[in-house]
Amino acid sequence: MDRIIFGDNQFFGVNHMSEEKARAQSMRFRDTRAIMNVLDIAYSVGIRTFMCTTHDSIAEICNHIRANPKRYADFKFYPGMPYAHKYANAVTESGMIGALKRFVPGSIIGTVLKGGKAVATRDFIAMMKILIDTEMKMFAGLNTEVIFLQNVMTDLLLGLNLKEIFVAFSDHVKKKYRAEPGFFTMNLPRLLTLLEDCGIENPIICSSINKIGFRMCGGRELYEKVIRENEFRPIAMSVLASGAISPEEALEYICNKKQIRSIVFGASTRAHIEQTKELIEKYS
Amino acid sequence: MIKCGIIGLGKMGISHYAIINAHPDVSLIAVCDTSGLILNGLNKYNEVQTFKDYRKMIDKCNLDCVIIATPTSSHAKIIQYAMEHNIHVFVEKPFCFNLEDGRDLTNLALQRNLVNQVGYHNRFIGVFQETRKLLDQGAIGDVYNFTAEAYGQVVLKQKNSTWRMKRSEGGGCLYDYASHVIDLVNYLIGPPEEVCGTVLKSIFSRDVADAVYSTFLYNNGKSGRLAVNWSDKTYRKMSTQITVYGTTGKIIADRQECRIYLWNADGFGKLKQGWNILYTTDLTKPVWFYLRGEEYSAQIDYFVKRVKSNESENINSFASALRTDITVDLLLNDAGKRNFSHG
Repeated sequence: MDRIIFGDNQFFGVNHMSEEKARAQSMRFRDTRAIMNVLDIAYSVGIRTFMCTTHDSIAEICNHIRANPKRYADFKFYPGMPYAHKYANAVTESGMIGALKRFVPGSIIGTVLKGGKAVATRDFIAMMKILIDTEMKMFAGLNTEVIFLQNVMTDLLLGLNLKEIFVAFSDHVKKKYRAEPGFFTMNLPRLLTLLEDCGIENPIICSSINKIGFRMCGGRELYEKVIRENEFRPIAMSVLASGAISPEEALEYICNKKQIRSIVFGASTRAHIEQTKELIEKYS
Repeated sequence: MIKCGIIGLGKMGISHYAIINAHPDVSLIAVCDTSGLILNGLNKYNEVQTFKDYRKMIDKCNLDCVIIATPTSSHAKIIQYAMEHNIHVFVEKPFCFNLEDGRDLTNLALQRNLVNQVGYHNRFIGVFQETRKLLDQGAIGDVYNFTAEAYGQVVLKQKNSTWRMKRSEGGGCLYDYASHVIDLVNYLIGPPEEVCGTVLKSIFSRDVADAVYSTFLYNNGKSGRLAVNWSDKTYRKMSTQITVYGTTGKIIADRQECRIYLWNADGFGKLKQGWNILYTTDLTKPVWFYLRGEEYSAQIDYFVKRVKSNESENINSFASALRTDITVDLLLNDAGKRNFSHG
């Protein structure tokens, strides 16, 4: 894994601090070319990994990268799925079964509805695989060395204690895509325990890690302890806590935790991208 | 350990399942849903009893509390059954269709001294709690007007397949979306005595409104506007905002930030003259488990604490949700006076 990973929240109107900023960003990046321009800046300063959702615009980015293989020879995607709001809105609109029918093609839903307990678990996993494959279609032929489960899904499955799904996700990603499984979470300590129980060794986990403890369930001290004492590959996100901490202070804190493998950040301008990269290199 | 059961495993029920299952003081004993599919899928790794009939679950499981997340039309009978068995109740919003049911259940909860809470989670969002505090303290003087809005992209084409799309079941933008905003208004400003100019607009749905517009009027001279639309593609997810006008300032609050403008040269407490911005990162209290937003965990923790200490008073009580149901009823009556309410 690269030390520095570029994120995509800024392109899709995600801003944990301000809805106005989010809206302005979503206007600026309504055109995929505007996204590509920022990715080009990141690539030009040496950032090679792009961590992204499976938003429709990402499919266009993928097309562009595929069409220019020489130019983007080292470009790596770290896709995170499922794109939660797409499914949540679909469930409100069409119901749980309706939403599944919409996203899972074929007759498998019918089988599940008719099936008994033994059939159901197996088919849940079959459905999950189909959902992954559907979301992965846009990345065909591109480098996706780590495939992530998004935090809403990870944390839902974590709360539900559905270990079998974690194992199945991990196996499917390894077998079918020759990729490593990764997990986004807001509940790092709890997830680590569960993944250990699942036998998923040295997992890649991307979670909020920042100096003020924002979105770090269990608290900053517990996070620091599990990072120090456990064998896993942590990726830090929300390091600036949506701007509540200055970049210098934020990155100094992260880079001092030597166990943290990678840092993911999003930015929209050359100045911010360069500044963040320089600070990471300075403190690492 | 508090013994808990969940009735209804739809979108909210499953989310509550995950949150309560992770709570250190709660033991999830049983779940109930009419669909075997969901029950089977969930319970392979959890030692939870499953039921298709909530009455059997309540009769057999000796529960301390239940979380009810079924369609609104079924709330009243389930709450009544649970409370008659002395079980504390957390129920999803909206509370009840029928105002008589709502009043009876509010009284039943009081008589039996049972914890009674409704899932209006905006009351657990740090920014809105801070807004309430500032308004109570008179930070912006006398409040005289507000605009409460929520937008999202739930229904973007014609479809009528689920209970959320049926008025009789408690669906539609009014019950599903606008009720949150109405409850927020009731929390921050208070319930209106009268509403006028209400429009329930069906944009894509056949049976229910996709947008709700109205004017709220208060006996003390306050007024406000409500604008809610769940067919707005420009919003990635539900976004709620309230703007409150006072005689010495203005507050604009959403989930992320509270922007306060003060006229007075002296400011107010730590707030200065002019614009002040308070961020969610400073206003949000940590939770033990995070799923979709701190407020979902915070409201469940609040409920659990009240069950443990047997305190029936709470900020999201049946009584308060009933006031929101009454406002919804005012909107329906007002809209019913005109014939352009549909289409």
